[in-house]
Amino acid sequence: MITIIVIAIIAIIIITWIVIYNRLVRASTYVDESWSQIDVQLKRRNDLIPNLISTTKGYANYEQSTLTKVTQLRQQLVSMDDNGDRNQMMHVSDQLSNTLKSIFAVSENYPELKANNQFQQLMEELSNTENKIAYSRQLYNSSVASFNMKIKTFPANLIAGHHHFIKRDYLEVPSNEKQTPHVNFDEFNQK
Amino acid sequence: MLFDQIAMNKRRTIYLIIAFILLLALIGMAVGYAFFRSAMIGFILALGIGLIYAVIMINQSINVVMQMNHGHEIKNKDDAPQLFDIVSDMALVARIPMPRIFIIDDDSPNAFATGNDPKHSAVAVTSGLLSILNREELEGVIGHEVSHIRNYDIRLSTIGIALSSAISLIIDIGYNSFFWGGSRDRDNNDDDNILAMIGSILVIILGPLATAIAQMALSRNREYLADASGVELTRNPMGLINALKKISKGEPMHDVNPDSADLYIDDPYKGKSKFSFTELFDTHPSIEKRINRLEKM
Repeated sequence: MITIIVIAIIAIIIITWIVIYNRLVRASTYVDESWSQIDVQLKRRNDLIPNLISTTKGYANYEQSTLTKVTQLRQQLVSMDDNGDRNQMMHVSDQLSNTLKSIFAVSENYPELKANNQFQQLMEELSNTENKIAYSRQLYNSSVASFNMKIKTFPANLIAGHHHFIKRDYLEVPSNEKQTPHVNFDEFNQK
Repeated sequence: MLFDQIAMNKRRTIYLIIAFILLLALIGMAVGYAFFRSAMIGFILALGIGLIYAVIMINQSINVVMQMNHGHEIKNKDDAPQLFDIVSDMALVARIPMPRIFIIDDDSPNAFATGNDPKHSAVAVTSGLLSILNREELEGVIGHEVSHIRNYDIRLSTIGIALSSAISLIIDIGYNSFFWGGSRDRDNNDDDNILAMIGSILVIILGPLATAIAQMALSRNREYLADASGVELTRNPMGLINALKKISKGEPMHDVNPDSADLYIDDPYKGKSKFSFTELFDTHPSIEKRINRLEKM
């Protein structure tokens, strides 16, 4: 009788261990997945920027200094290691977002450019990318939050400790985006 | 606050489904007793028919519902780039696969989601909605619809449509057998069972009414829940609030199929339906109430 009870208890412990371990793996995969979402969008934006530069080229002295800054920031982002510091990457990305935002804002003063079909398409593509970056970042942080909570609570913390699951860092939200995290170039589209 | 509301709504939804199934069984038993003198036959018939309807709807729901509402599918991003991008944004943040996208040619602003589970799902918007909302507002609406998908509301409403069709079919079967033959000993020993007979007839008369009320209450709760979790996705209550304000001012839709009316984000009849005389019968909570709840978040 006692042997059966002991075996049952051991079996329950093993099953619980496996279930919790799998949950932790899933939670940690969610974090990495949402990072790769961000990464995909960053790369996509890097691909779109040369188009933007060439589209605006025809418009004589259109914001030369701002465009140069965009090119520089893009270069900086491209050269960064994929496995490097995520927060640093996002920091550069935020600067790039803000610069792009100002480029679109100034397009108000260039009706011809605004009417350009290719430019409009680029605006939709770029604002889509910006939104996806913002959303993936939101997803990243909520995934980190749930992962960190999972590895802290009992009994998962025992298993997390044994398998070296460690606390993940949040992506810092830039101060000017705390209110509404999403870029809306749409106002410019509609006018 | 947000999570409390979601948890509460999920509990209520379960109670309502159980009530729905009990009602189906009860009506089946009443029909069985009244017309075949066997509650058991009715019970088995009701649950069997309910199950078959549910299975058919689950397999074919998107095509059936889209045909009912004259939606045409957008397969190419270039046909509606902004809508396409917003749906993919919301699918990304809700962690569901990309739903199919449909557009309904109607000037009245409205939208709905349907399907079976997140892997087999679709969102539909009217052309009127696309023309009056800006990106932020459209995002609010799509967030709401994607929440219906993620919360499995779409499966619930699909099953709801199936079960209520099953109830009307069973009542039809009962009536038909009553008028065309039915049980042979109907005229004998009525006295001992007269009370049970009256009870059965009452259930048959009141059952469909109760079905309608249950379905509508189910639908109202889902709308609140989808508003709440839609905002959880966009983190921007103002988008949905402004969208709802614009939608509520729209015209009624031209050609609405009554069976799918409660799928829409706002009552497609705009209060002009035959059922709008009391709140009990509204499929949709009033826009003011929804905005009120959104503002409290």
